[in-house]
Amino acid sequence: MEQILELLSFGPDGWGDQILAGVTMTVSLALATLPIGLVVGFLIALAKNSEEPSLRAAANVYTTIFRGLPELLTLFLVYYGGQILIQQVLKFFGGGTFEVNAFLAGMIALALVFSSYASEAFLSAFRGISKGQYEGAYALGISRGLTMRLVIWPQLLRLSLPALGNLWLILLKETALVSIIGLADIMRYSQMASRTTKEPFLFFSVACAIYLVLAVISSSGLARVEAWTRKGEAKR
Amino acid sequence: MSMQNNYVSENFIESRKPPVLRSAGWSIARVAGTAWLTAWIISGLGILWFLAYSNDVVFSFGGPDGFGVTADPKFLEKYGPKLISGFETTLKLVAISIGLGALLSIPMTAMRMSKNRVLYSIAYGYVYFVRGTPLIAQIFLIYYGAGSFRPFLQDINLWWFFRDAWYCAVLALTLNTSAYQVEILRGSIQNMPKGQWEAAAALGLPKWLTFWKIILPQALIVSLRPYGNEIVLMIKGSAIVAIITILDLMGETRRAFSRTYDFQSYIWAAIMYLIMVETLRQIWEKIEQRLTRHLRR
Repeated sequence: MEQILELLSFGPDGWGDQILAGVTMTVSLALATLPIGLVVGFLIALAKNSEEPSLRAAANVYTTIFRGLPELLTLFLVYYGGQILIQQVLKFFGGGTFEVNAFLAGMIALALVFSSYASEAFLSAFRGISKGQYEGAYALGISRGLTMRLVIWPQLLRLSLPALGNLWLILLKETALVSIIGLADIMRYSQMASRTTKEPFLFFSVACAIYLVLAVISSSGLARVEAWTRKGEAKR
Repeated sequence: MSMQNNYVSENFIESRKPPVLRSAGWSIARVAGTAWLTAWIISGLGILWFLAYSNDVVFSFGGPDGFGVTADPKFLEKYGPKLISGFETTLKLVAISIGLGALLSIPMTAMRMSKNRVLYSIAYGYVYFVRGTPLIAQIFLIYYGAGSFRPFLQDINLWWFFRDAWYCAVLALTLNTSAYQVEILRGSIQNMPKGQWEAAAALGLPKWLTFWKIILPQALIVSLRPYGNEIVLMIKGSAIVAIITILDLMGETRRAFSRTYDFQSYIWAAIMYLIMVETLRQIWEKIEQRLTRHLRR
């Protein structure tokens, strides 16, 4: 028992500080991906909800690809493909080397996956808003932009929040994949620790426990946000 | 008679012309959609060009035999069969895990829905753990973590199982999918309207018969779509086992890439995964259409 505590302590012999750094990395990667994924996902939902067939088709290609590919493969495509592409471009303009950052590659890959799932969440929320809402706003002479901002968006948020909350929990777990291309997150440090100390079970259990704690914290946070979005609803 | 006819024809109201259709024109949406689609087509052609370029495909026109194509697919000759065998391994892995997971999910669902506190807590904790942690951490916990208990596992003669990456991968994926399947099954059973139970009770049917003949068939139809999604998630999730040296599609792809640094290996993998997932979606759609034909009006 004492030995375990020493291994997990914050000090020269313990792995506590490294694991804490890994937690920071995991959380910041997920938090950095979230806004991009939400904005892109919303735009794609708008495209899928549009009356223009070409826009719908293009958006559908996007979601078919990024919902069909394994996340790990998307990550490799972005990481190695991006590397090769940038190198070719640099060669074309004459020299220079460039190393694709694991954090950036992870952020792009996770945002691609997150946005294509989020677009589905937004789209089904769009379908849950009746046409009368648009017509009512039109009858009151509200412009299209204002209708979106003041009438549709608040309802959309409430309707899509449960699905988006789930996607956030999935995103938190998927950040673990970025450890494979060398990002120093929870998984990476637990792998390093288990190799050095020959205690793999201990460190991977700790990693699992940390992910569980993150999930519990997120769920309670999400429950609060959901309660906040329902504040305006009539009590039944 | 004739007068009436005259009366009608004299007061005939000239039909109004329909309003002039405004030409759709190039709205912002159409410009954006066309640009985006064009970008997709260009990137698709770019990928085709890249694949052709990597395999030295040469088109010749007006030679002695007219039109001709020559290619030198060194990469495909060497690694193509390996990628296909990886494809099969992935399918096998997913089929075994989904099947075993389904078997395991049945007693687990019963426990999850039981009134016994202990059984319920075990099943609840299991589902919560699996759904709250990354699959990669679960795989590492089983494959590498087993090393911590090596003397013990050797004593009970189970070391052969945990030493083998394939068995560990099957175990991890089975445990993972069974937890998700428990939630699918439980959700669909508990969401059946209470009236179904009450009506069966009013008819004097015993509880087990009600469950077997009335609740379960309806619940399975409801859970058809989530089950399909779960299989897709498993196909995608199974790519992770490549990290513990399994040569599934992802594993073969990584190996081919690390030997040749030829990026086309990832392109082929992407194409194969998309084919796998889309085929499954289509098949599942057909199955769903067939099984729910009595519900359509």
